[in-house]
Amino acid sequence: MSISQIQEEIIEEFSLFDDWMDKYEHLIEMGKSLPIIEENLKTEDKLIKGCQSKVWLHAELKEGKVVYTADSDAIITKGIIAVLIRVFSHQAPEHIVEANTQFIDEIGLKEHLSPTRANGLVSMIKQMKLYAVAFQAQIDN
Amino acid sequence: MTFNVEKIRQDFPILQRKVNGYPLVYFDNAATSQKPQAVIDCMVDYYSHYNANIHRGVHTLSQEATDAYEAARRKIQKHFQILHPEEVIFTSGTTHGINLVAHGFANFLKKGDEVLVSALEHHSNIVPWQMLCEKTGAILKVIPMNEAGELVMDAFEALLSEKTQLVFINHVSNALGTINPIAEIIDKAHAKGAAVLVDGAQSCAHEKPNLAELDVDFYVTSAHKMCGPTGVGILYGKKQWLEKLPPYQGGGEMIKEVTFEKTTYAELPHKFEAGTPNICGGIAFGAAVDYLNSIGFDEIEAYEKELLHYATQELLKIEGLKIYGTSKKKTSVVSFNIKDIHPYDIGTIVDKLGIAVRTGHHCAQPVMQFYKIPGTVRASFSFYNTKEEIDKLVEAVKKAKSMLS
Repeated sequence: MSISQIQEEIIEEFSLFDDWMDKYEHLIEMGKSLPIIEENLKTEDKLIKGCQSKVWLHAELKEGKVVYTADSDAIITKGIIAVLIRVFSHQAPEHIVEANTQFIDEIGLKEHLSPTRANGLVSMIKQMKLYAVAFQAQIDN
Repeated sequence: MTFNVEKIRQDFPILQRKVNGYPLVYFDNAATSQKPQAVIDCMVDYYSHYNANIHRGVHTLSQEATDAYEAARRKIQKHFQILHPEEVIFTSGTTHGINLVAHGFANFLKKGDEVLVSALEHHSNIVPWQMLCEKTGAILKVIPMNEAGELVMDAFEALLSEKTQLVFINHVSNALGTINPIAEIIDKAHAKGAAVLVDGAQSCAHEKPNLAELDVDFYVTSAHKMCGPTGVGILYGKKQWLEKLPPYQGGGEMIKEVTFEKTTYAELPHKFEAGTPNICGGIAFGAAVDYLNSIGFDEIEAYEKELLHYATQELLKIEGLKIYGTSKKKTSVVSFNIKDIHPYDIGTIVDKLGIAVRTGHHCAQPVMQFYKIPGTVRASFSFYNTKEEIDKLVEAVKKAKSMLS
């Protein structure tokens, strides 16, 4: 599936919940199924620094696709990063770089985009795209 | 006068609003307080009727603005029981005041001198002293804390010596709410010839300090913690200290005479008030002081104590909940965690229920490192909060716990 197809799928999934609590329950469940980064990769350089919770993000290039793993010490943050990994993992770097992230608004997680959520979506997306840019450069060379 | 919280709540327009569909419960008072209508009106009145630059114009508006600004200075002087009005320096806030003193002390310190700070400090209280010590070769020493979040006074006395030039301490810890024994600290520091700077940002909304009686050398605070606007605060300094300290910033207002050869500095307090100040903020700070005194600090203290006691008792009924900072002398702050749940997650869920708490390390990472935790959930109460709101917090925390476990 393409990035936009997965985004559509997630939007549809979240549209089933009319109540924020169910939405967060779903997010928390997704957090529990996050492809966890290996313990030995939880190093300083894998850490997305912020004020609130810790997020470790790792990326590898496998057969031309970027594979992400991550972890966080906060479960809601884990849920958010699980959504992002579902969208971006196993995609070609160029598609990740180009992808827009409008779907965040539509699933009602917009508040996590606020710059005050220091460990929010913004820095995670930026870090994921940075990995993709680096892998893209590697492929082009 | 009996304490009528429902009547007081009507003074705060923001308490009428809803957040995420629920009536706002504002428990982030240690970060900033809400503003009563009297303060908001004062600011609107200033800009609507007598906005002008102060201390320079001969025209009527300028004189009215100057009079109001200087009247606010005297109100603040009286409130904090400061001997002379010129010992009240308007600043942009606590951090500005601390930096002003730290900058000036660079002239007085030499290699090997010592500066003491407490383990309970906010980052803004650590960094300026580290910078000062780097610049002068002085040594920064830390007064340790115990498990209850209190300063270890024996250790403080052991650290004090003839080398100690300055002791810097917050009156109340922002992360835990501990009230530090500042009177004792000031006396002991003075006995060794050290000066003391007290940060009153976390205490000034809860009690009225008598700075003359405390005999403190410097005191700083921010208006926004005590129902005033952001961007304004005061530095109090004993006259003999302020006269010795060099100016912090150059600019208009702080000069007496300028030629290209030499500038003579203005008298106190203007020596430290370069440039156009936050005129509206200063005047509104005065209005905030009036407002708080109209309620009465004894009443505020007694009522907040009741809220603290009730919140502590009710929150502790939640299994797995631990409170950090258990000193007997505390302001109305409860800093807590629930076993195996990240404070950020709890904060997110309770926000969804309209409750504003602070989560994280509260800019006091050394305190968090002491307890080996990433942060806490901090609920801080003000005199306009109610027990019913605390009940809502307890319910919200229970809900968060069941969702997150």
